[in-house]
Amino acid sequence: MRIVIIDDSGLRATVLEEGLREAGYDDIHIMPPRGAFVARLERMAPDVVLMDLGSPSRDTLEEMLTVSRALARPIAMFVDQSDEAMIGAAIDAGVSAYVVDGLRKERVKPVLELAVRRFNAFAKIQAELDEARTALSDRKIIDRAKSILMNQRGLSEQDAYALLRSGAMNQGKKIVDVAQAIITASDLLGGIA
Amino acid sequence: MTTGLRIAFLPLTDAAVLAVARERGFAEEEGLALDLVRSTSWATLRDRLVYGQVQAAQMLAPLAVAVTMGLSQQPAALAAPYKLNVNGNMLVMAGGFAAALEPDVARRIADPLGTAHDFAAAIGLWRRKPVIGVVHRFSSHAIMLRYWLGSAGVDPDRDVLLRVLPPSLMVEAMQGGEIDGFIAGEPWGSAAVETGLAEAVAIGERIWRRGVEKLLTFRQAWLEDNPDMVDRLLRALARAAAWCDDPAHHEALALLLAHPRYVDQPAELILRALSGQIVARAGEAPLANPDFLLFAREATPFPWRSQGLWIYSQLVRWGMVDHSPENAAKAAGVFRPDIFRRALAHSDVPMPGASMKLEGAVDLPLAVGSRRGELTLGPDRFFDGRVFDPDKIDMFLAGFPPLR
Repeated sequence: MRIVIIDDSGLRATVLEEGLREAGYDDIHIMPPRGAFVARLERMAPDVVLMDLGSPSRDTLEEMLTVSRALARPIAMFVDQSDEAMIGAAIDAGVSAYVVDGLRKERVKPVLELAVRRFNAFAKIQAELDEARTALSDRKIIDRAKSILMNQRGLSEQDAYALLRSGAMNQGKKIVDVAQAIITASDLLGGIA
Repeated sequence: MTTGLRIAFLPLTDAAVLAVARERGFAEEEGLALDLVRSTSWATLRDRLVYGQVQAAQMLAPLAVAVTMGLSQQPAALAAPYKLNVNGNMLVMAGGFAAALEPDVARRIADPLGTAHDFAAAIGLWRRKPVIGVVHRFSSHAIMLRYWLGSAGVDPDRDVLLRVLPPSLMVEAMQGGEIDGFIAGEPWGSAAVETGLAEAVAIGERIWRRGVEKLLTFRQAWLEDNPDMVDRLLRALARAAAWCDDPAHHEALALLLAHPRYVDQPAELILRALSGQIVARAGEAPLANPDFLLFAREATPFPWRSQGLWIYSQLVRWGMVDHSPENAAKAAGVFRPDIFRRALAHSDVPMPGASMKLEGAVDLPLAVGSRRGELTLGPDRFFDGRVFDPDKIDMFLAGFPPLR
């Protein structure tokens, strides 16, 4: 069974491909949805196309599936409409699958299930990364506010942080929000950060 | 108690009524908390609606008809009790291509018939078949483009290449040389003009003066099962639409839509369609097109069943669906004036007495029968002067040259 993964994010596609290979599928191709990807896809004649449900390139892909004369058999989303739980899980995970006509559903189902699991796993990694990134930028903001307080009020680093923290507690706000307010005020007043 | 309602939309100026219903408290007044789900492609928006991730969606009118007729992946009966807008599209082409057209952009846009013929001649001068981006096979834009090209003897399936791309990727595709022009909803045409890569060739409002555009669409079963929520939403949208149409609010509206949560483009570009001040070529003075985009006036939101049939007639014309009484009934059935009447019965929204009308028959503003207040329909001519009588689809279709 030839599976093509159309994906912009190298990482997500790799996570999915790894899973499929572990499960014994070996005819797997990753293709970013750019340039003449539709023509290349036609030449590949895939049995299953997996794609992020939210990908902006899906309209382009579906148009190709509608008008292509090169594809021997039509390809449509989710062959087995009776399996509502499966489709629900796929939609929630953000997986869209286009399957060639005539492919038995027992053969498609494990691929879809795997894609759903891997997409969910990827979403979790992504969320953790975003969290880490936010934490990092929060720390930068707090550091900058600290140095403003240290410069303008002659405080030690420890005291500057204590001041930020008590300010946040008194106002019922997050430390980073108080820090951001200090930076904004300092910028407006032409202070040196 | 507030009820949550999830509605999918695309980053387009004509998502305005949904955004305003949420941000200006109109939905809240009706006890609704709107969760607006931004989507990038029509396929994703369609799936979110069809598979129940959202309860409603801002949908291309022809796509709602196509999904109901089973022409776009999983068939599902959809129902549209409310039109979110009328008009709002623009066709832009690369400067090199447009050089073969009338150079005065004001005259070019004011004369779509002449420009269609110039366009046909320009195809022959271009170094290859021009590639024109459309947002979807089943979009008002694609149907309008086909209608316009067809009038000048251009076969849209033979003489040009139509490439499907979501609206927000059009400018990038022009920059990459993948397309020579595109037709899309605002602000994407204006965004392309602003880069200097493209200039306006035609605007939707001059091709069909009152062209059906985006529908508020539900799954039919959900619509039938939740009359109270549907009615509350329609009342909120009607008030939001009146707010959107008020010129005094256009600047605030442009700023609101500019937010990354909605269109994520400069407010100045978004304002052009709202105020009808269209910049057709970078650096030139804007052209006044006061009917470029309508939200509320002239009973814009009313879902005329005849408009469903007009769309159907065009799908038949281009061989996208078989002509049968069953298919025609399905297409007309997507439009639900009965729900519109029920929901807005006690509002001050003017209520047409009929559910069907001739499309393209009004030359000058026309006062028509209305159950309440004054209702004036604006001019709704097609640029080629054809009139669509929903009771005589066969006759209308016979007026077009046959497909190859």
